[in-house]
Amino acid sequence: MTHLTEQELIDAYYNDAPSACREHLDECAECRDQLARLSELLDGVRDVPIPSRGEGYGREVWARLEPRLPIRKTRWWTRSWVLVPAALTLLVAAFVGGMLTVQRHQTGATQQIIAGTQPVTGISEKDRQRILLAALGDHLDRSEILLVQLLNSNPGDAGLGDQRARARDLLEENRLLRESAFRSGDQAHAALLDDLERVFVDLANSPSRLSSEDVAGLRQRIENQGLLFKVRVTNTDTRSKGQTL
Amino acid sequence: MEWTDAAAADEARKGNQYAFRVLVERHSHALFRLAYRMTANEQDAEDLVQETFLRAYKQIARFDGRAAFSTWLYRICSNCSLDLLRVKKNRNEHQPFVNDDESMHWLDRVAAPGPNPERLTQSGQIASMLEPALKKLSDMERTAFILRHYEGCDIEQIACTLGVHANAAKHTVFRAVQKLRRELEPVRSAAK
Repeated sequence: MTHLTEQELIDAYYNDAPSACREHLDECAECRDQLARLSELLDGVRDVPIPSRGEGYGREVWARLEPRLPIRKTRWWTRSWVLVPAALTLLVAAFVGGMLTVQRHQTGATQQIIAGTQPVTGISEKDRQRILLAALGDHLDRSEILLVQLLNSNPGDAGLGDQRARARDLLEENRLLRESAFRSGDQAHAALLDDLERVFVDLANSPSRLSSEDVAGLRQRIENQGLLFKVRVTNTDTRSKGQTL
Repeated sequence: MEWTDAAAADEARKGNQYAFRVLVERHSHALFRLAYRMTANEQDAEDLVQETFLRAYKQIARFDGRAAFSTWLYRICSNCSLDLLRVKKNRNEHQPFVNDDESMHWLDRVAAPGPNPERLTQSGQIASMLEPALKKLSDMERTAFILRHYEGCDIEQIACTLGVHANAAKHTVFRAVQKLRRELEPVRSAAK
């Protein structure tokens, strides 16, 4: 009788041995003994303590990674869904551009404050907080409207084209606010905005027609997380803090 | 609407950053485990996780989907780990096998699952012998052994990770086990 080689015993230990080897093991006590000795040794170095990482570890990794990611040079302009709206936007922008100059300066300052990437001169910390809370309140208002529309949509209404467009509009602002909250150590707001972002992204990137199961899944997620309730409570709290300031 | 790895990687390749985020959140734990096992240092493992995802993001266009995304990530992480170990070896910084409480290698901290005194004695003695045993493994052998023994990778995945043929990967695992066995078997026998 030809006994198993060391390689075959190792394969058997890792459940990777061919059936002929397994059959041999059934019949051969000597090889079974060899395998038992090998198993005892390898099992002995298996129980390895690894420092634990919490459930939110993936999010933490992403939060540290995101600012380091290089900006992609994608040929986004070649996509038709970008090209057509972009051309229309340019036309509209040409008409209303001048009228919005003052407002744009204000919005720019708000964006700078939200992003927190560079200091905004001439604005006190109190005003900065007030602007930030106002921006968050506005964002939560619009998020709430979108969530309500999603929750009240008919199960058969799989188009959701309007909501998809709104989700795309809200995404970038949501990202800035989330990063700002994360940077300032405001974990509660960061977590809420993170949950919102997932819903927006799923909706924004969904196919043009969602299946009724997908719509139901999305609604279920919003309900399970109590997202609408959290948005309303946070919004009320934000408004109240803003008024106090 | 949960993305599969392949679908998320495909989206990430098109520039969808959220899709890449899904992949990061999904694979962070596994990468940390692998990185820690490779480096035996928590901070190094954290840095390796970041470096792996950063490289993956930059090279996502090269991911062709022939292998699983996790295998591709493991390959990047293994290469990053090997680079780090080489650099540290050159600087004589990496001391994963030093047997003191602060810098003890994870394999030296092998814990017996139960209160069996025989096994405690035995694993303690095996642990003390792991230092010379592991030093005798090449970087490739250590990587192959970790992937096989701790990460449960099959030979094809290990081959893909190491960038070698399946037979070579199988032989690398074999050599690693053989070397460890040669070193540790006498300890185990003596403990009995």
